[in-house]
Amino acid sequence: MSGTFVGMPAFPEAASAATQNAQLRHNLRKATHTIRGKRAAVVSELDDWAELRAAGKAIKDRTLRHLDVYLEQLEEAVTAAGGHVHWAADAAEANAIVTRLVRATGETEVVKVKSMATQEIELNEALAEAGITAYETDLAELIVQLGEDRPSHILVPAIHRNRAEIREIFNRTMAEWGVPAPANLSDEPRALAEAARVHLRDKFLNAKVAVSGANFAVAETGTLVVLESEGNGRMCLTLPETLISVVGIEKLVPTWQDLEVFMQLLPRSSTGERMNPYTSTWTGSTPGDGPGDFHLVLLDNGRTDVLADEVGRQSLRCIRCSACLNICPVYERAGGHAYGSVYPGPIGAILTPQLRGTSSELDASLPYASSLCGACYEVCPVAIDIPEVLVHLRGKVVEGKGTTVERVAMGAAGWVLGDEKRLGLAQRAAGKARGLVPKRHLPGPGAAWTDTRDIPDIPEESFRDWWAGRGRGQQR
Amino acid sequence: MRIALFITCVNDTLFPGTGKAVVRLLERLGHEVVFPAAQTCCGQMHYNTGYRRDAQRLAVRFVETFADYDVILAPSGSCAAMVRDNYPRIGAPGSRLDTAATAVAPRVLDLSELLVDVLGVTDVGAYFPHRVTYHPTCHGLRMLGLGDRPTRLLRAVRGLELVELEGAEECCGFGGTFAMKNEAVSAAMGSDKARHVTATGAEVLCAVDNSCLMHVGGTLDRQRAGVRVMHLAEILASTEKEPAL
Amino acid sequence: MSDGARERILAKVRAALADVPRGEEPEDVVVTRGYVRAHTGGELIGLLVDRLTDYRAVVHRVPAAEVAEAVAQALKRRGVRRIVVPPDLPTRWTAASSVVAVADEALAVAELDGVDGVVTGCALAVAETGTIVLDAGVAQGRRAISLVPDYHLCVVRADQVVGDVPDAVALLDPGRPLTWISGPSATSDIELDRVEGVHGPRTLEVVIAE
Repeated sequence: MSGTFVGMPAFPEAASAATQNAQLRHNLRKATHTIRGKRAAVVSELDDWAELRAAGKAIKDRTLRHLDVYLEQLEEAVTAAGGHVHWAADAAEANAIVTRLVRATGETEVVKVKSMATQEIELNEALAEAGITAYETDLAELIVQLGEDRPSHILVPAIHRNRAEIREIFNRTMAEWGVPAPANLSDEPRALAEAARVHLRDKFLNAKVAVSGANFAVAETGTLVVLESEGNGRMCLTLPETLISVVGIEKLVPTWQDLEVFMQLLPRSSTGERMNPYTSTWTGSTPGDGPGDFHLVLLDNGRTDVLADEVGRQSLRCIRCSACLNICPVYERAGGHAYGSVYPGPIGAILTPQLRGTSSELDASLPYASSLCGACYEVCPVAIDIPEVLVHLRGKVVEGKGTTVERVAMGAAGWVLGDEKRLGLAQRAAGKARGLVPKRHLPGPGAAWTDTRDIPDIPEESFRDWWAGRGRGQQR
Repeated sequence: MRIALFITCVNDTLFPGTGKAVVRLLERLGHEVVFPAAQTCCGQMHYNTGYRRDAQRLAVRFVETFADYDVILAPSGSCAAMVRDNYPRIGAPGSRLDTAATAVAPRVLDLSELLVDVLGVTDVGAYFPHRVTYHPTCHGLRMLGLGDRPTRLLRAVRGLELVELEGAEECCGFGGTFAMKNEAVSAAMGSDKARHVTATGAEVLCAVDNSCLMHVGGTLDRQRAGVRVMHLAEILASTEKEPAL
Repeated sequence: MSDGARERILAKVRAALADVPRGEEPEDVVVTRGYVRAHTGGELIGLLVDRLTDYRAVVHRVPAAEVAEAVAQALKRRGVRRIVVPPDLPTRWTAASSVVAVADEALAVAELDGVDGVVTGCALAVAETGTIVLDAGVAQGRRAISLVPDYHLCVVRADQVVGDVPDAVALLDPGRPLTWISGPSATSDIELDRVEGVHGPRTLEVVIAE
């Protein structure tokens, strides 16, 4: 397995393979059901969840509708607090900036806090080309990095791995990267976490440069916020001399007070905790406490395209909690890799095609990777109407494709359904042919139904014919 | 009360029994059912698959056909939800379709809403001496917000034993064209739903949407599970004199 | 390289927002703060203890006069010999203990790694979520000292306990580096099941002084 998503098949094929993988199905089912239960419990503790959700949505809408104002405000505040602000229009620009900043320190190693933005721009690969080694320090990211695997979940990129697989990866690979796994490593999560602690300890204590993302950036004060659990974030944000934070331009919130909303919404939606173990906030640099050299890289990389779409814009409200992945019945069965992006699940199905466009077969298939059941919208802490955006994007895919077999079939169906007389004729024709329709083996595209499902008996008479007959007094 | 029936194209063509049951039930309760003949389809399949213009054409026909009715019954959760939730945003803002669709949308009801909220009845005098489990279909549950209306109606049916379905609120995997475009995931979801259904030991799986029932029922039939699927209307129409089973 | 990127991005943002009426101000987008500002009607200290314990912190409630004794007992139980303390930690807190307390005067990371624990105060504590917040203020020191040692003993004064997150945000100064701590370090990265003890202190002990 390679570390990137280039050359992935379209969603249906990749998902189909995943449904046959019993181990994967079991791992995902167990993990998603565990976290669903925890989230539901801590959300139900708050009587004002609906009000918090409405406020979170409104704050993000305010931010997005006036993003230019807030970006300039953030830049000014960070600079005033002793930080340096850089702007990157795309992945290449962001990678070049970070590479240049690391090189300026003379270091060839960096420690990293889990960050979706840096995964999105494939920063580790870019740094490697420049001879700089990036060490992922979040446990799940470490598992992915050591296993030369791809992330499959926003919060827990190694969710597709169970404890036995993780032990195997640690035993096999840790020695190549540094401190080897201890002898007789068990598959107990506690022991695996301890192995990660020992493996990374020296890296943290000697690191000179760290790269992070941020969960929030407060425009008013220039404050960055990182929520985490393990303490790897604190290590990276505190001990090195240089800190480089790559932050998507949609991560802004206007005021410090706004955090009172998100610091309640995010932990409960994400890990199902009242509060995550550690949250760090910093504003520029503080003499004698933490990195003296702080750089903020503001990343566009397609976000302004999303912003320009009045229906799709709401996708930028996302705070990357993963609640939509954890509740999604499609994600649970298809797994994260099938989405071919660092953003899997329902949010990925709307974000990826907007960030990357729908020119590839994979990206064009993502808006259809949903049964539109609406569970994602229900749990979203910032009320992104994911089904609405999915349907909107399906429209764009259809527009972009021109004449297809599906287009013709849909047109024909629309023509029949467009008039009650035509519909009546079609129903009568179907009623006459009912004996000829096989229940279990439809030919052509119909096989997609009958491969796994019987088709219902076609009635002799449609409802409208029955009603018409009833009107004539034939049937009462 | 005079109730306009929007039968829906799927019920009309494939499940006329549901429509007949609706008529029998509402007439038994003393109401008048009318069937505007020009009706065809709400456009849900086109809309949800990305064929917005085709859906708009069908919506135009729908709003013209039903413009003059105050109470419109759609015995399909997803079709009712299509009109109620999506019609207000189907036309270009300020267009004639937008105005007409927004006006008609709130008048469209699911059967359980019509009975419980408008007609004020939960005991419809039905008799159905069977073990039943209920699947709350996604659009009924999350878009229409039907809540416990369907199960309140079922609990009031004489002889009926209602058993709880594990994972009830999880999608069955139908999802319209999703069932074909993502056949494998749809089938995996359907087989999980079918497994939960058979685990209840119910004779009958009930829902308010025949499309979902076609998918789960087709899966159950393929497994030769021996469980029937029935629309809520068919159970509520059942009486001692005219039993459904 | 990134020359002009700032202007390009801002121009794209403004073009993307062409639908936003020209005269609209950020404040015109209504944010209704209908959520409650304190989720608690009951006793805050009890709730804090409950929530801290739920996330596997070790908690003691003692009268203010007995803090030194509680700290000494805790350090003794833990078997601690050397601790690091912020230079301005009230000396009375560690007065009853025989451990060697090294005041942090810009100690090297390796030195911090060599001590058995750290004793600090805090800026405030949030009852509803079981969170202690450090702001590098009095009795707290810089961030590294409460991070590198494997054992963190934190003294919370009863008057530092607030009800909920909004109360805390209102009191905290964003200009200071903040660390919000809710229990010992933990991870849910293996099968989404939470286990305590990763890179941060694996044991968090809290003495609440009333």
